[in-house]
Amino acid sequence: MFMDWPLLSLVIWTPIVGGMLVLATGSDKNAVEAKVLTLVVAIATFLISLPLYTEFNTQLASMQFVENISWIERFKINYHLGVDGISMPLILLTTFTTMLVVLAGWEVIKTRVAQYMAAFLIMEGLMIGVFAALDAAVFYVFWEAMLIPMFIVIGIWGGPRRVYATIKFFLYTFFGSVFMLIALLYLAVKSGSFEILDFHTFKLGIEAQILIFIAFLLAFAVKVPMFPVHTWLPDAHVEAPTGGSVILAAIMLKLGAYGFLRFSLPITPDASGILDWLMISLSLIAVVYIGFVALAQQDMKKLIAYSSISHMGFVTLGFFIIFAIARKDANMSGAVMGIEGGIVQMISHGFISGAMFLCVGVMYDRMHSRQIADYGGVVNTMPVFAAFMVLFSMANAGLPGTSGFVGEFMVILSAFKANFWFAFLAAITLIVGAAYTLWMVKRVLFGDVANDKVAALTDINLREALILSVLAVAVLFFGLYPAPLLEVMEPSVENLLQHVMQSKL
Amino acid sequence: MQTVYIWIVLAPLIGSIIAGLFGKVVGRTGAHIAAIAGVAIACVLSLVVFNNIVIENGEIFNGSVYTWMVSDGIRFEVGFLIDKLTAMMMVVVTFVSLMVHIYTIGYMHDDDGYQRFFSYIALFTFSMLMLVMSNNFMQLFFGWEAVGLVSYLLIGFWYKKPTAIYANLKAFLVNRVGDFGFLLGIAAVLMYFGSLDYATVFGDVDKVNTLTMSIIPDTQWSVITVICILLFIGAMGKSAQVPLHVWLPDSMEGPTPISALIHAATMVTAGIFMVARMSPLFELSTTALTFVMTIGAITAFFMGLLGLVQNDIKRVVAYSTLSQLGYMTVALGASAYSAAVFHLMTHAFFKALLFLGAGSVIIAMHHEQDMRKMGGLRKYLPITWITSLIGSLALIGTPGFAGFFSKDSIIEAVAHSSTPGHSFAYASVLAGVFITALYSFRMYFLVFHGKERMDEHTRSHLHETPWVVTLPLILLAIPSVVIGYMYVSDMAFGNFFGDAIFVLPQHDVLGELAKEFHSPFGMMLHSLSTLPFWFAAAGVFTAWFLYMKRPEIPGLIQQRLSLIYTVLVNKYGFDRFNEIVFAGGSRGLGKFLWKYFDAMLIDGLIVNGSAKTVGWFSLIMRRMQTGYLYTYAFAMIAGLCGLLIIFVYPLL
Repeated sequence: MFMDWPLLSLVIWTPIVGGMLVLATGSDKNAVEAKVLTLVVAIATFLISLPLYTEFNTQLASMQFVENISWIERFKINYHLGVDGISMPLILLTTFTTMLVVLAGWEVIKTRVAQYMAAFLIMEGLMIGVFAALDAAVFYVFWEAMLIPMFIVIGIWGGPRRVYATIKFFLYTFFGSVFMLIALLYLAVKSGSFEILDFHTFKLGIEAQILIFIAFLLAFAVKVPMFPVHTWLPDAHVEAPTGGSVILAAIMLKLGAYGFLRFSLPITPDASGILDWLMISLSLIAVVYIGFVALAQQDMKKLIAYSSISHMGFVTLGFFIIFAIARKDANMSGAVMGIEGGIVQMISHGFISGAMFLCVGVMYDRMHSRQIADYGGVVNTMPVFAAFMVLFSMANAGLPGTSGFVGEFMVILSAFKANFWFAFLAAITLIVGAAYTLWMVKRVLFGDVANDKVAALTDINLREALILSVLAVAVLFFGLYPAPLLEVMEPSVENLLQHVMQSKL
Repeated sequence: MQTVYIWIVLAPLIGSIIAGLFGKVVGRTGAHIAAIAGVAIACVLSLVVFNNIVIENGEIFNGSVYTWMVSDGIRFEVGFLIDKLTAMMMVVVTFVSLMVHIYTIGYMHDDDGYQRFFSYIALFTFSMLMLVMSNNFMQLFFGWEAVGLVSYLLIGFWYKKPTAIYANLKAFLVNRVGDFGFLLGIAAVLMYFGSLDYATVFGDVDKVNTLTMSIIPDTQWSVITVICILLFIGAMGKSAQVPLHVWLPDSMEGPTPISALIHAATMVTAGIFMVARMSPLFELSTTALTFVMTIGAITAFFMGLLGLVQNDIKRVVAYSTLSQLGYMTVALGASAYSAAVFHLMTHAFFKALLFLGAGSVIIAMHHEQDMRKMGGLRKYLPITWITSLIGSLALIGTPGFAGFFSKDSIIEAVAHSSTPGHSFAYASVLAGVFITALYSFRMYFLVFHGKERMDEHTRSHLHETPWVVTLPLILLAIPSVVIGYMYVSDMAFGNFFGDAIFVLPQHDVLGELAKEFHSPFGMMLHSLSTLPFWFAAAGVFTAWFLYMKRPEIPGLIQQRLSLIYTVLVNKYGFDRFNEIVFAGGSRGLGKFLWKYFDAMLIDGLIVNGSAKTVGWFSLIMRRMQTGYLYTYAFAMIAGLCGLLIIFVYPLL
């Protein structure tokens, strides 16, 4: 029944327009109105995004819910939107997470409430725009615009070193994006349109492919982030308010990974195949090296930030092992599982990292410290909270039955087919991931009450319990029954893989 | 039947959820009723299944419950395979678990975390059932990790105790090292068999048997061998084989009921069960079998020795568990899978009994665990005394008791085995018999006989524990006596497991032994003229002589052999080594990489460095913009001269 509606436009513009309205509520005198309005808009957006799943045709690999209107005729730039099985789940993840983030900031944010709330709504619309865009110019506009609200969120509601962190965040990501812009312009000039799908079929020489691949890599690797351009993330996370961290980890990092699927792999398949060793090496370094670095962290947010980088290594590993599998086995069995594992990991990491940052936020709101050393024995005073945090930590450590297991499992199974040692190194995360996560749990949650501040802690309230419960259900559901997720993406991934395996030379 | 299987796993899960999430609502009694009811339902239904599959020789069930996911054309299912092996395991798991549940009412009576505890142990029962009932590798891994999780929660149950939260982290991580191998093994199975379903995999072994793979360039290893060794690494973690055994003794930090349930009777048997289940794979690799047997033999002998120097009553039993798991592993290596599983079953009963007996002593002693402060308890705890004696007799293999039949089958099988390394294994298991008898009766004499070494206050309060504690002891003592006699003909020497266990004809030591086997009673008579019996008797006698007759001698031996004693007390240094090399090494490596690579090189030099370079460059550029006319005039003239030189010079 919703098929004729411009659903994608609605999901993009409802929060943006809603955000503008929230801004109009003005000063903190109307904070309550601003919050309520924001929540209504966020829930409405989530509800509008639901038909994207319920009405989605899981048999089709092509774009669905397509909208195509000419925007700048002279340059053949169209307002062209559409989703396939890869981008649709990410849009739902965005609308879902934004709702929780709005709730998470409910009592915590006390200054410039309307502006804070509006920033998240606008950011939501822009991020969905990135996932839905089928026109390179539209994509680029959303891609860059999205940085602004995040820049503001960290810069205004952030911690003491927020200025350093924001500048680092902005310059890093902007630096990468510029190269992407060059690549997109080159492709547009050569192919004669800004249509991303036309880029996919456009023939390119190997030199051009390699240059374009590297340009894309700079943009996307920073966003994921991949080693060695990852150092902005821990700083940004540490300084960002909880909500900012959640959006950053749950959604923004996924944009980079999404870029690999939408741009790098299909536009420059031959270059991707030639440079896959680089991508695999960087991914494995992320998994192993960053895992060890996470072990050394004293700050909980930094630890989770490093853990995010390590988990995102699985995503890029899953995407780029397909060439090694193809070289070994003409049937390419296992390649689909690699890409799907990567996507599942993206979704799952959205829930888990979001939940972990929310957990830290819950404690930070009470103790105003993120240092592990300041905690100890939190379970004594916050038993309900501790139960949630143990659950999410286990998910972070990839325990079967939680969503954290599914993606890692699939990528490891697939990596084994490419090369024993890829799987071997990736599987080290089983040990190291458990070590850094559970060691933190031990030092923060368990033990006797460490100090008076911990003794004075109060357990989570209904609002916090609601947020964490919703995430817990999501984490367990996709851990116990990931089939619906895979059903949605299967045709699109197979289509992508077939396309990638055809040389463009 | 499928509905029955689903209820067998769901009942404990529902019990767990009620006790865990609604613990406050239902209260203490409600929680234990919910959990016990869940496990009791599972136990009764398991008995029905056992009757159906084993006794009435019903049809084997192999079916899926739901499709977990489909990816790349491979269906990952959650499903059950109920054959005789599974049916037996289900009964053992649910029965021991039920006993422990009842016992817990008494043991945890005064604990604040009463509901939480019931929730955990019911969840554990669920996880273990998922593990044994699985019909595919993925669900096996689910159960595998889930029992690891519950074990983590239970060891750290008293989360205020620093040693407990150290032990649970250690247990989880060491298990994860095993799981690391296990997961790679599963990945290898999927790669070469194209399926994770047991039936498909076992049906295709002939196709894969000849394949080789190259892990290190220029070498070719048999795929089956690689798969088996990787899977066995997983078993080494769960079944606590050297060198991944280090977590098990420390796991005694948890409350005693879980030591009985998880760290003696069920979770640690997962590895043994898994290898038996994978017998069609292991049979094809002599290399893997040799590896399995050697590891088992080392564990059986060296871990038994450690039991001799422990003074904590629970730790003695813990080391005895390690040693007995070594026996089972040796049996697996000798292709005597049925004997291994048979010992697994008898061991589950008498080891649970010994642990719960130790727990009963601990309750009576007001949570004192040091045997040097006990003695002469038989007067005060008659039921605990008799049942513990039965457990000890079963453990050391007294003819007639359950442990005798299973252990003797293993020793005989190893003696007749042709797996390379069987002589070493035979020597280990034989010497192990003496050591088992020695430490078991050392414990028995120290606790129940001799001088009463406890303080006056404790003694005046000594009395037998309540019926919820002693009833499980009695119910476990019965199978500890009779189960071996009942099942030795079928399980060890008969065809009890049917097609569930596969043995190549040339490896079939148990089949050979069966020809000489006539009756359980004949086996008992025959054993009186064999070495194991006299070794065990010598062990008991030595224990009696050292700890009853001449109690001053152990101290002297300790002084004379101080080097050996130190080595044993330090558990061969495994803990220290792991603490320094692996734990310390990883932390150090992490810190080093972070400080010098991330912070100094990438962030300091490259990122902030380029920012500084830009800043420095702009500083110079800024200096040039002075705002004075003469500076610009000078620059103009300099530029003009420069241009003139460039253009005019070539003309000259």
